Amino acid sequence: MVSTGINTSGGKGGSVTEPALVRYLLISVALAFLALFLVLPLSAVFVQALEKGWEAYLAALKEPDTLAAIRLTLLTALICVPLNLFFGIVAAWAIAKFSFPGKSLLITLIDLPFSVSPVVSGLIYVLIFGLQGWMGPWLQAHDIKIIFAVPGIVLATIFVTFPFVARELIPLMESQGRDQEEAALTLGASGLQTFFRVTFPNIKWGVLYGVILCNARAMGEFGAVSVVSGHVRGSTNTIPLQVEILYNEYSYAAAFAVASLLALLALVTLALKTLAEWKIRQGLSAAKER
Amino acid sequence: MSIDILGVSKNFGAFAALSDVDLKVPTGELVALLGPSGSGKTTLLRIIAGLESPDSGSILFNGEEATRRDVRERQVGFVFQHYALFRHMTVFDNIAFGLTVKPKKSRPGKAEIRDKVFTLLKLIQLEQLSDRYPAQLSGGQRQRVALARALAVEPRVLLLDEPFGALDAKVRLELRRWLRRLHDEIHVTSVFVTHDQEEALEVADRIVVMNNGKIEQEGTPSEVYDSPATPFVFDFLGNVNLFRGRVHEGRAQMGGMDLSAPEHAETNNAPAVGYVRSHDIEIEREPADANAVQAVVRYVLSVGPLVRVDLEMASGERIEVDLARDVADRLGLEVGEQVFARPRKVRVFTDDYQI
Repeated sequence: MVSTGINTSGGKGGSVTEPALVRYLLISVALAFLALFLVLPLSAVFVQALEKGWEAYLAALKEPDTLAAIRLTLLTALICVPLNLFFGIVAAWAIAKFSFPGKSLLITLIDLPFSVSPVVSGLIYVLIFGLQGWMGPWLQAHDIKIIFAVPGIVLATIFVTFPFVARELIPLMESQGRDQEEAALTLGASGLQTFFRVTFPNIKWGVLYGVILCNARAMGEFGAVSVVSGHVRGSTNTIPLQVEILYNEYSYAAAFAVASLLALLALVTLALKTLAEWKIRQGLSAAKER
Repeated sequence: MSIDILGVSKNFGAFAALSDVDLKVPTGELVALLGPSGSGKTTLLRIIAGLESPDSGSILFNGEEATRRDVRERQVGFVFQHYALFRHMTVFDNIAFGLTVKPKKSRPGKAEIRDKVFTLLKLIQLEQLSDRYPAQLSGGQRQRVALARALAVEPRVLLLDEPFGALDAKVRLELRRWLRRLHDEIHVTSVFVTHDQEEALEVADRIVVMNNGKIEQEGTPSEVYDSPATPFVFDFLGNVNLFRGRVHEGRAQMGGMDLSAPEHAETNNAPAVGYVRSHDIEIEREPADANAVQAVVRYVLSVGPLVRVDLEMASGERIEVDLARDVADRLGLEVGEQVFARPRKVRVFTDDYQI
């Protein structure tokens, strides 16, 4: 290197990095910001939740309306996540492995739920299935309830969580190309055999990553669900809606107890996400070695 | 199994990858598709495999129509440039893959698969590495595993897409000789794609030279090298010097030389180009007859067993000459010296041929 002899910064890192002072300053600003806006509120949730002790905490969670909200949230996630897992893999497969007219339109549409406000996502379903909506009168005549009922909540959640799996898989599958699938086909494997024995093992950590994010959003979604739910206690309230109701009724300890469930979910999600990211990186570097 | 390709065309959007290609691959031969990138050679190979379908024309296997046959039913072994090994599987599982995905009634038993895989591992000399993963192998080893995987299903045709393209020079040389020996042992009809003329000349029984989606020439390695049918083939296979001039009734005048060109006996004073390989030129100090051209030595460079001499003609055009080392030593050429270059073998093409 030419610069070796005229290194004026004096630091151990050499002339290409910032001086030590600037580095530490930047790192501490980032850490302080993180502590102030993330760690502090998150711990506040747990502190508040446990303020009146374990007994009160457990009692708040055992309250029938809260239990119903937990059940509904789990049910919603249980329906939405598998459906979006399926849609996501199909869409990513189609986009990454084939070229067809309308491909870029499809990619844009997949991103739509990210760019639309959740409130709007809820309102479109009210517009379609609500009493004044396009299908409202027909639905009422046939005694089918969608809005202010579980189906509406599931639909809104599916819409909001649609991009997660597909978005995660498209770049992964594109980077892997079609060689391995083509090799499997020439060796006589059927489409399903190719998927389960060649494609899926290569994308499984990406799938897990997508599922984790999809699940976190499905359980935590507030805006879209709030519009279509109707807030009927014990029947159409999900965990986030239940937190809001409790909070508005000044039951702070109970509100924070229920909120702590979502916070816990976030922590588990983060841990799993880190694991999945690490595995994907391993997979990608192996793919580059091909 | 023989392959017949009849009038195959393929377009990708506005780009014509193949236009009206006819080719016969006889049973048991090792055929090279040779050409620059974009010449359509890989597309042709993928059409034979069934990984692409032609826009028009047909493919016959053993005289039987196979154009619309599914990849899986074609029984072809395909080897990819970048190996395409299943990276989450061991070497053993990679090779066994084609056997384990067979329908239950035709699938061999576990012990039989094991025997077969180890026979193939022995063939590719990698018996000790059966439980390694592809990432733990070198490029040459990976490509041999890919070949064993393709051979495990006993394909009727072996198709190789630039099989040595991603390997370094020494491994490439070893592996292509090994492939030649392997083919002499198992005699499966094989087609391989390459842009490396040396590789094609060394390995193949027959060479098909392709350019711009068309076949320029096909023949044995010595046929295409010694009697190139077109200027393109001449230029693509080896170093070549161009002499511009005219032909008239079987005589060619170029660079002060008067050469006989019997294949142009009918031509009436047309512009022409003489093609001479760099090793088909002699250098002498005194001209023995009129078929030599005066030139000045510009560079003398030793390249291994050869000495490469750069000459400049009076017209300013350059000639590259490859001399055997002993010949060059005897001549003892000096830079700046006047000499005479005598082409031993000239191939004259009239100007309607274009490279």
